[in-house]
This record gives sequence, C-alpha cells and structure tokens, in this order.
Amino acid sequence: MMRAYVEGVGLAGPGLDGWPASLPVLSGAAEHLPAPTRVTSTALLPPNERRRAVQTVRLALAVGAEAFAAAGRNAGETATVFTSSGGDGETIHEILTVLASSNRELSPTRFHNSVHNTPAGYWGIATESRAPSSSLCCHDDSFAAGLLEAMVQATTDRRAVTLIAYDVQYPAPLSAVRPIGAPFAVALVLAPAPTAATIAGIAMTLRPRSGAASTLDVPTLEALRRSTPAARSLPLLAALVRGSTTAVTLDYLAEMALALDVTPLAGVAAETGRSEPVAG
Amino acid sequence: MSGVERRSDVSPLALSDFTVVTSLGRGQAATAAALHEGRSSLARCTFDAVPFATYVGEVAGLDDVPLAGELAGFDCRNHRLAALALRQDGFAESVAAARERYGADRIGVFLGTSTSGLLQTELAYRSRDAQTGQLPPAFDYAGTHNTYSLAAFVRATLRLAGPAFVVSTACAATAKVFGSAARMIAAGVCDAAVIGGADTLCATTLYGFHALGVVSDEPCRPFDAERRGISIGEAAGFVLLERPAARHGEDTLFLLGVGESADAYHMSSPHPEGVGARLAMERALDAAALRPADIDYINLHGTATSVGDAAEDRAVADVFGTATPCSSTKGFAGHTLGASGVVEAAFCALGILHGFMPGSPHTRSVDPGFRSRYVREGGRARIDRVISNSFGFGGANCSLVLGRVA
Repeated sequence: MMRAYVEGVGLAGPGLDGWPASLPVLSGAAEHLPAPTRVTSTALLPPNERRRAVQTVRLALAVGAEAFAAAGRNAGETATVFTSSGGDGETIHEILTVLASSNRELSPTRFHNSVHNTPAGYWGIATESRAPSSSLCCHDDSFAAGLLEAMVQATTDRRAVTLIAYDVQYPAPLSAVRPIGAPFAVALVLAPAPTAATIAGIAMTLRPRSGAASTLDVPTLEALRRSTPAARSLPLLAALVRGSTTAVTLDYLAEMALALDVTPLAGVAAETGRSEPVAG
Repeated sequence: MSGVERRSDVSPLALSDFTVVTSLGRGQAATAAALHEGRSSLARCTFDAVPFATYVGEVAGLDDVPLAGELAGFDCRNHRLAALALRQDGFAESVAAARERYGADRIGVFLGTSTSGLLQTELAYRSRDAQTGQLPPAFDYAGTHNTYSLAAFVRATLRLAGPAFVVSTACAATAKVFGSAARMIAAGVCDAAVIGGADTLCATTLYGFHALGVVSDEPCRPFDAERRGISIGEAAGFVLLERPAARHGEDTLFLLGVGESADAYHMSSPHPEGVGARLAMERALDAAALRPADIDYINLHGTATSVGDAAEDRAVADVFGTATPCSSTKGFAGHTLGASGVVEAAFCALGILHGFMPGSPHTRSVDPGFRSRYVREGGRARIDRVISNSFGFGGANCSLVLGRVA
C-alpha cells in the first residue's frame, strides 16, 4: 500500500478551465460544456520563450504552476514526474516533414523541442528547480504509469513529488494512425504526509486486473477519458471533489490496475487522529 | 562503507546479469576485449546518405534480422537491436529463470530510449500517399513510433507481465531507469526488474545534432584540447536487477546508488559550471553512503562537445578533486544517446569484472585547462567501485554508483 496526500491540482482540458472552475463540473453541480482547451499563457517563462513555447510546454507549465500555487509549495525544491503518451505532435510532424523533403535542414530549436522531456526541461528552467525529474511514456496508460512512479517516489524517498500529465493531438497524417482527443493536462502536488495544504489522501495498490476501470457518469467527460490518455485521470479528479472516500480503479497495461482509495480532507484529518492536519 | 546514513529505503541491488550490443560487438566478451585493447569502432557515416562528413558507431547486420511472427508489429531498427541484445550472454535465459522464481507479474520492465522506432516514421513519411498524404498501411505507430513501444516489445519477448514504462529523458534515459527500478523494488511493486534500453541511428538525431553544430567531422575526441563534437552511435543494453540473494556469488556487482538532478539552465546546453552534474554525482554518492575517495574510476558523460566536457571536468574536479581516474568511453562506440546510461554501466561492470580501466581512443592531448585526472590510455587496474555519468537535453542528469559490496 502506497499513500500520499494531494496538496494542489492544476487542470486544463475542454470545458475544464483550471481546477476551481472545474470543481462544479466534476461534482455534477454544473454542466460540462466541452469548449476548446484553453491554454493560459504561463507567467513562468519570459515573454520571448512564452511565444516560442510549444503546446506541450505551455500546457504542462500552466497546470504545474496552478497546482504549486494551490499547494503553496516551492516548485524549485520539489521532484517532478512528467508523463505523456506522445510528446509534442506538431514538432515531430514538422521534423518528419523536413526530413522527407529534399532540403533536410532542421531547426535546432525544433530538434531540442522534439525530445520527450522538453516540458520537464522548461519546467526546470522556469522554476529554477534542480530537483530530480523524470519523463515517462506508457502509451494509453501513461497517466497510470506516472501516478505509480510518483506514488512510489513519495513512499520510498519520503519527499513531495509533483505529477504532470499531458497529451496533445498529432496533425495529419499521424492523427490517422494515432487519434487523440482534446488536449488535456493535469498536475497533482503529492506529499508523503498530511500538511496544512492537504485536500485529500490517496491510498494506492497495484493489483492484477479484475473488473473494469472507473468511468464517468457525464457522457462528454467519459468520451474525453476514453479519447485522451492523460484524461484517464478524470475518475481520480472527480473523486477528489466528492465528500466521502471513493474507490477508483485505473487500468494499467493489460494485466494490472491501480486501485485507489481517495479520501477528502475531513477523512484525512480523522485518519491521522488529529483535528488539524499536521505539518509535514 | 562510511557511516553516512542512507536517505531513502533504496538499498543495494544485484546486477544478476547484463548484456550490451554496440558497434564494438555483440555481448560482454566482444565488448570487454575491445575496451581492454582500446579499439574504437567509429567509422565514416554512410547511414541514410547524410550529406555531411561524420563518424558513427553503427551496429552491423540490423537490416538482416527482421522481427517476425507475433512480434512483426514491432519491426524497426530500434527493436531489432533490442532483440539482438536480449539474445546475447544468456540474458533472456537469466530472465526466464527469474520469471520462474518470482512469477511474470513480479518482474518490472523499466527501459529508456530517446527516439524509439522513429526511423520507421521517417521512412513512412517518405512513402506518404501522393494523393491523400496518408502513411503506408504497414506503418505501426504503437509498435514502433511510440516511445513506450520498446518496453512493450521487450515485455512481449521476455513474456513478462509486471509494471512497465519507458523513461525518455534524452541522453540520461537509461541511467535514470536504474533509479526507477530501485524505487519500484523498494516499494514492493516488483521483486526484480529488466532495465536498460536501446537507441538507434535515425535522420532526426543525425540532422538534429548537426543543426546544433555539435557533430564532429572526425571520430570524437572527448576531453581533447581540439575536440570538435560528438560521434553518434547506436546501442542496446539490458540489466536484470534484483535483491541480493544467496545465489549471487562474489563476482556479482551491485547498484549502490543513483543520483538525479536537473540543470535548470538551458534546453540543449549544460550549465557552464556543471552545477547539475555536480549535484547528480553528490546525490549518487550520498545514496550509496560513500565518500568521493571510495570511488576508483569515473566514467564520464564526455561527449566531446566544447562546453559539455568543460562543465563536466569542473564538476568532477569539484566533487572528486584531481586524483580519481576518469575517462569518457564515447570514442569507442560513439554517443549512443538514450542508450548511453546502460551502455556505460555495462562498460564499467566489465572493467570491474575483468580488472581494467577503459581509456579514450582518439583523445590525443587532454585540454590543458582541465583539472580532472583523465585516463587517455586504459589498462589493467583493479577497480571495485565506479561512478558513471549521463547528462541529457533538458538538463536531465543522472549518476550511477556501481561496484562490489565491500
């Protein structure tokens, strides 16, 4: 059993414009209106870098900044786990197009933006963080893989870690062989122990697959969950806004599942036997 | 070992078996012989008709060994090289024995790659339908292009069913998987792990590094006063990592510590003072509860770029002083990018097991401004504990401490 405490959430998706605005949508109190994903321009990057930043970088930095602001934690000292099913589709398409042409001169900036850990690199620069950072890929299960790595880090290294998951679409012709739904990114600041910033606790077990993954009641959110790999996180996010402990199952590869018990703040306080969350 | 308290639950893990394939050869014996003899395998690049002069470490014979049958969907240069490596040194048999011991679901697969099967997509783009622009029907995205496909392929080949993912942090990828696996085993998520990975030649990296102006037109000369950049190589390497057990004899090597850091400086240039590199080495020593003086040899990242080598020299001298022998082995088989972490871990392991310190072919005179003790000519030496550095784009740094348990 691995356990960690959520201190802050950042969210960007279609009709999910930041965490506070998404709370009523995820709790069912407000209707989900799937407008195009709004990528807020991040103040983390200097203006010239901000203009040049590719979509994955803008998305990842926006949700990361939102989650850290909510957690009130120093991003410069917190380990990060980035996870994505594919990286920046536009960048790789541009490179492949140039390499298939008669003039194969690549842009050096485009080349360094093509690496899977580009958002992690910009995150480190923007937050001046020299903390360990990893960038994972597990195809459709990239969110589950990232959550596993982050929960394992929080447990074994007993330090805070932030998970940042994001996915964007490929342009044609790659979109035909790898269709991805609306751009989606989520960040979770996870701490090994409850703090004043804790909003929920997560207890997690990796177990053999039996039964189906958690789904969402709202058809548009369920469609998003199925179409964008990073949106496989939605059942966990919905559980964070519920008033009671919720069991969430996330598929992980063909053979396994992550079984989560998500306990909101009041439950965390009871669990630790204190009326006030303890400092960690 | 010194009495420094460990900062995490991660304890030494046994490298039960390992294998490596580079342009030096297939498997441990061929690799050790070339390293010991100081024989470079870099050759003039004929790959994909690149129009500029450069040298590469190309693995021969990959065009002749397509993946077939139930693995046909994974067929690409990268996974062919991975398959070739899994067949060396009885590695697949060692994994099969571990599968018997623990069960397929208790063995993790944590691999690194930078470009996975990207060459396959490059070829597919050249064969787009003239009318529709569509990719050829045979192109398999999930089996070749996707970064995870390498781990999917290795899992399928070795019939493993435990947790898996691919770490893709550019040239630090297959070093960082040692850390992931150690944490997973410490957390009880799995009992053993197959780690390592593969990276292969493709146009994206050849033209990309050329565009950055860091590709040498001669075989790379790490730490040389007249170094002119990198020589790109390709490689696959794998390690079976598990908790120490009675079956591990005195020749067993251990992962003693992993140190990870970020540069927080630039996407494709290292911090000029080597701050991130220094942190990675310090954290690895800390995790291993060792002092700098306990390390017998440093395998440098040493890609032979002007700024990269200078930053690393500074970091090494800051941490270790000027007495600990160090060398970059990039002159043997090139910079194998995402594979370099596991490749150089394997080189170090061979040095420990066979009693030699690798030198640095093509390096003629060490940069007079450098302070570290650079070993140009390798030779017989008893080394028990080593540190191996891997630094990548995005400022991703990772140092591994490997060795015998004293």
